[in-house]
Amino acid sequence: MKWGVVRFPGSLDDGDALWALRDALGQEAASLWHKDETLGGAECVVLPGGFSYGDYLRCGAIARFSPIMKSVARFAADGGLVLGICNGFQILCEAHLLPGALTRNRSLAFVCDFVNLRVENAATPFTRAARPGELLRLPIKHGEGRYVAPEDELRQLEERGQILLRYVDESGAATDAANPNGAMRSIAGVANERFNVFGLMPHPEHAVEAALGGVAGRKIFESIAGAAR
Amino acid sequence: MRAKVYVTPRKGILDPQGRAVEGALKSLGFGAVGNVRVGRFITLEIDAPSRAEAEIAVRQICERLLANPNIEDFTFEVAAE
Repeated sequence: MKWGVVRFPGSLDDGDALWALRDALGQEAASLWHKDETLGGAECVVLPGGFSYGDYLRCGAIARFSPIMKSVARFAADGGLVLGICNGFQILCEAHLLPGALTRNRSLAFVCDFVNLRVENAATPFTRAARPGELLRLPIKHGEGRYVAPEDELRQLEERGQILLRYVDESGAATDAANPNGAMRSIAGVANERFNVFGLMPHPEHAVEAALGGVAGRKIFESIAGAAR
Repeated sequence: MRAKVYVTPRKGILDPQGRAVEGALKSLGFGAVGNVRVGRFITLEIDAPSRAEAEIAVRQICERLLANPNIEDFTFEVAAE
């Protein structure tokens, strides 16, 4: 499968995403520059983590107006698969390709840790390699990861199964203590209504080798690779 | 024309910065303080034939970029210079 990983000025994790896809997962992956207007034939576009445009104004607010984002929006409208990780999730929300917004962590502190996530919907292109309710252990590292959306929007997300990942404790319970940033309803990752755009705060690309502390991130990439086949 | 834009966290949205500042003010003895919200103040100059047209443009600027309608409110003032 062909992947495209976008690099914005200030992206940090595009290199790791490319490494995870090519070296750890044996996929064909190319780097895309934010000024590119085409996606190089990618079947899945990854918006990586980092601090695009220095996080000026709001995280993702300026990156969403990059030339490549027009192509990404068109690609998504045609049903193409788009994965936004951390800053990429923030960009997708700012671009209205995903509902809601990501705001300053409740604690005001930058969090860097491993978290447990529960797969809430395993019938999507991004989670189909996991079992429903499966726990994934992935790293997070963010200062603005608190997911917020209006109450009626949250209800709809819930009803349609668009919440794909929740922060939980080791037993799989979505407790307040297991919520690292104060996200509403412990939301760690959401998909759009068509389930072809997915954003998550945790970093699957940092968890694809046992030497990195875990391999749970493979589930996300393998789901996508399987979905496009 | 010169515009002053004020962007604040929307009512009902948790503002941890505002809460931290409020806590600090109370610990300094300003016990009468409440409901502190921390936002953003932006100034800009804009070429427009009239104040009304400048206001239309500034509103669009706020809606498209300066504020995120999901989480923020904005107000602005436009004055001739």
